[in-house]
Amino acid sequence: MIDIVLRAENLTASYDDHIVVKNVNLSIVRNSITAVMGPSGCGKTTLIRCFNRMHELSPKAKVEGKVYLIENLNGRREEIDIYSVDPMIVRRKIGMVFQKPNPFPTMSIYENVIAGYILNGIKLKKSEADELVEETLRKVSLWDEVKDRLKKKGTFLSGGQQQRLCIARALAMKPDIILLDEPTSALDPVATAKIEELLEQLKNTVTIVIVTHNVGQAGRISDFVAFMYLGELLEYGPTDTVFTRPLNEKTEEFLAGKIG
Amino acid sequence: MFYEKLNRLKEKIIEQGNLVESMIEKSIRGLLNKDKALLLEVLQVDEPRTNEMEIEIDELCINLIARFQPEARDLRTIIMILKMNNDLERIGDMAVNISESALYLIERPQVKPMIDLPKMAEETIQMLKDGIDSFIKSDAKLAKSVCERDDIVDAYRDQILRELITYMISDPTTIERAIHIERISRNLERIADLATNIGEDVVYIVEGKIIKHGRYKESTGSA
Repeated sequence: MIDIVLRAENLTASYDDHIVVKNVNLSIVRNSITAVMGPSGCGKTTLIRCFNRMHELSPKAKVEGKVYLIENLNGRREEIDIYSVDPMIVRRKIGMVFQKPNPFPTMSIYENVIAGYILNGIKLKKSEADELVEETLRKVSLWDEVKDRLKKKGTFLSGGQQQRLCIARALAMKPDIILLDEPTSALDPVATAKIEELLEQLKNTVTIVIVTHNVGQAGRISDFVAFMYLGELLEYGPTDTVFTRPLNEKTEEFLAGKIG
Repeated sequence: MFYEKLNRLKEKIIEQGNLVESMIEKSIRGLLNKDKALLLEVLQVDEPRTNEMEIEIDELCINLIARFQPEARDLRTIIMILKMNNDLERIGDMAVNISESALYLIERPQVKPMIDLPKMAEETIQMLKDGIDSFIKSDAKLAKSVCERDDIVDAYRDQILRELITYMISDPTTIERAIHIERISRNLERIADLATNIGEDVVYIVEGKIIKHGRYKESTGSA
């Protein structure tokens, strides 16, 4: 049976009265990488912002429909309607990494990793924090590069390192899902390759949903791909299938570079 | 990511190569030892497996190209694997033809002692084995040697045909059996042609040079 971690039902999102995501139904498979692709303005970023209740932070933003997070707790399956619980809890379980690396400028590398705990007022023992910082920085392959300068500001790192630090910050909360919004669009090809490799490794422990306008990237790293066009989810399926035998004409045109 | 998938694809095509090689070997051994069970194994177990593998390998190639847009040697490798896959599946079909004729022959008296046919089969199997080995080792020299040996197998086919004609003229009751022997020899000769294709494909992967349709002989000056 396919293990679903997140399910959106009839999800519609709007700004003011302008609908940007129209009636999307989508199930995200646990421990996989799902790429959301589509031309600029198709609603892909708004879609994932609805998955951790970020969309409602924008003025006059509205969300309709349901989003469920499905957790396996000691073999018991629990569905959480994310719009009926505290958004802070949702964002702990479903983390977000943005297009531009944004480590907190006043915080050190060390503090950045555990920023989620600091900002949520969750106390960690020194030994716990040390362990968490090292473990998480190792997961994002940053430990060896920064272990001697943990007290330095995160903003001193290179763009690629900063983005890995932001991924570490999201991972440190031990989320079920990480949402990434064009995480490599501000990076050079080498840093991009490192992030892509990292995501491939991380999917064993966390589910990844990545927004990308880059068809090549979606092809390289994703297990499933969702194609959005003018706010609608036109096609969703295994990347192997969608990339070789898309069902929708618009998907075909997008993959062939005719639109987008 | 890409190289893991490419390595998996290489392993699959090698597995397919080994499978069809064993099919030819079994079909000839089945004929010489009058082993019906072995011949039926080729028809009922091995052939469906090669067909499945062909589809699987085709899909792996197409997915790799669609998802990673490979270039240069990686692209050459995938495209040549796609071609080899087609040739290997055809070789599997030819092993089936050989097994079918062998099933007919083992139930009937021998037309003549089998002398050249086993030698021809040995040479053909070795060509295929070396073709696959040259792919595994990226050995263009070995691959070229496969192409050079095609003439040896052609000579066996001509020799076997000449001999069979003599038998058929002197005793027309041998015609049906002789046609089956000729069918086996013709299929072995076609397998050697396809092994040559594989050799040419490997040279293209390793050196990026096209040596088919006589271009190898032209480039080396050999007749």
